Amino acid sequence: MASTSGRPRPATNPDTRFFWDAAVEGRLAVQRCSACRALRHPPGPACPECHSLDWEVSDVSGRGTLYSYTVLHHPPAPGFDGPAVIAVVDLDEGVRMVSNVVGADPATLTIGEPLEVCFEEQVGWTVPQFRRPAAREGLR
Amino acid sequence: MSHSPSAAIVGAGSTEFSKASGRSELRLALEACTFALADAGLDPSDVDGLVTMTMDGNDEPAVAHYLGLDALTFFARTSGGGGGGPGTLALASMAIATGRARTVLCYRAMNERSQGRFGQPSHYTGDRGATTAAVTMSWAAPFGMVTPAAFFAPSFRRYMHEYGATSEDFGRQAVVQRAYANKNPQAFFHDRPLTLDDHQASRMIADPLRLFDCCQESDGGVALVLTAPDRAKDLRQPPVAVLGAAMGIGPRQYGVAPLYRDDLAVAAETEVMGDQLWAQSGLGPGDMDVAILYDHFSPAVLMQLEALGFCGRGEAPGLVRDGDTELGGVIPTNTNGGQLSEGYIHGFNGLVEAVRQLRGTAVNQVAGAAHAVVTGGSHAPTSGVVLGRTA
Repeated sequence: MASTSGRPRPATNPDTRFFWDAAVEGRLAVQRCSACRALRHPPGPACPECHSLDWEVSDVSGRGTLYSYTVLHHPPAPGFDGPAVIAVVDLDEGVRMVSNVVGADPATLTIGEPLEVCFEEQVGWTVPQFRRPAAREGLR
Repeated sequence: MSHSPSAAIVGAGSTEFSKASGRSELRLALEACTFALADAGLDPSDVDGLVTMTMDGNDEPAVAHYLGLDALTFFARTSGGGGGGPGTLALASMAIATGRARTVLCYRAMNERSQGRFGQPSHYTGDRGATTAAVTMSWAAPFGMVTPAAFFAPSFRRYMHEYGATSEDFGRQAVVQRAYANKNPQAFFHDRPLTLDDHQASRMIADPLRLFDCCQESDGGVALVLTAPDRAKDLRQPPVAVLGAAMGIGPRQYGVAPLYRDDLAVAAETEVMGDQLWAQSGLGPGDMDVAILYDHFSPAVLMQLEALGFCGRGEAPGLVRDGDTELGGVIPTNTNGGQLSEGYIHGFNGLVEAVRQLRGTAVNQVAGAAHAVVTGGSHAPTSGVVLGRTA
């Protein structure tokens, strides 16, 4: 597995800051529309379903399945010591999230397999990652 | 039944396609524009409109200055990166049809390989403040999604999962296009054949994309001149009519890629765009003699064949396997070699190939070609045109 440091630090604005603040605390959080209660990700100013500008933060389970993925071999991704395993994850709550799969041989990845969130600290920020539930013992 | 065209392409020009032009981007733009005007038999003083893509580095005043234009009445740009190429013809056609301009130059010139490679990591996540673009990129770059290949590869992986398509299926279209390029002296890969074994042995870039699934990175410039149909008929070249010109963004596009779309196995933006093309032109896929489909990556060609209705979903691998994208097939596709094998000028070189086909001057000429469809990049905000022979 590729160890990581020095990834591009995310830019944040008032729509998105809660996500990265939650990650520092070991929580995976998404926006919930205060009007129609729909969950959404990536965070943004308005609900695409009902157009309400009112929203709240909702923690999610961190469980999901692998919808698709790629392994970026060339050129190397900044902050990755090896190929970046980039995952498109469908969370059980029905929102989609782009992240990484860690601790798994990318050659064995299977679309539809279950994943769970884990967190990796960067310098001064934290990035949510995903791993196979069975890999729990091998990671923090 | 076909609608009357709003504009016609009367001139086309391009520089050579290389890895290092040794000239400024502005010079490439000026070379392409003057070649296109000479091809048409027009003078720069005839031009009152300029259209390019938002990513082009040659601003309109600079191009106008060195063309010696005294007055410009229309200038505009198309967004969506490589999706916007044919969209420049949409803007030019609308300007001409509504009287905002009489004669419009569409241009794209870049030292993409020697000056600023699109294939190198891009991660503008905050150096210039939390712009919307930077915040959008912040859901990608921290996870290593920093190149076009990385952005689009999950769509291609999902397409394989849904329909059983394979890397060999992608490679077969790359091989078809290389064979076209081997007959095209203007193609960068003119002298280099490609076999399916070569494709399968090429290194992985962003799984499932191998090196030979990826477009080239090129330096060069291309320009096209459009004018009103009444004027076009008196010029040097047989006019090529713009019969349809459309743009399209699909559901849940987010920045560069549609990763949050429910179904990643379909080029939905190409469907949105293509439906308009067929409605505007009164034509359908069965009327097309040649297709120039934006090949940033070879599987995108397959997915666009499906989105435009040349075959059903999941059927493009079979279409290619049956030789139907080759000369004599159902829809000869990317007959110049495409951006995989001719050159990568953000889709503009494909527009020129369509013009050649409809003038009857292509090196891989489709006999009697009367109608062509040209698309911008799928999986991004896209655009397209249906063009028709008039002579």
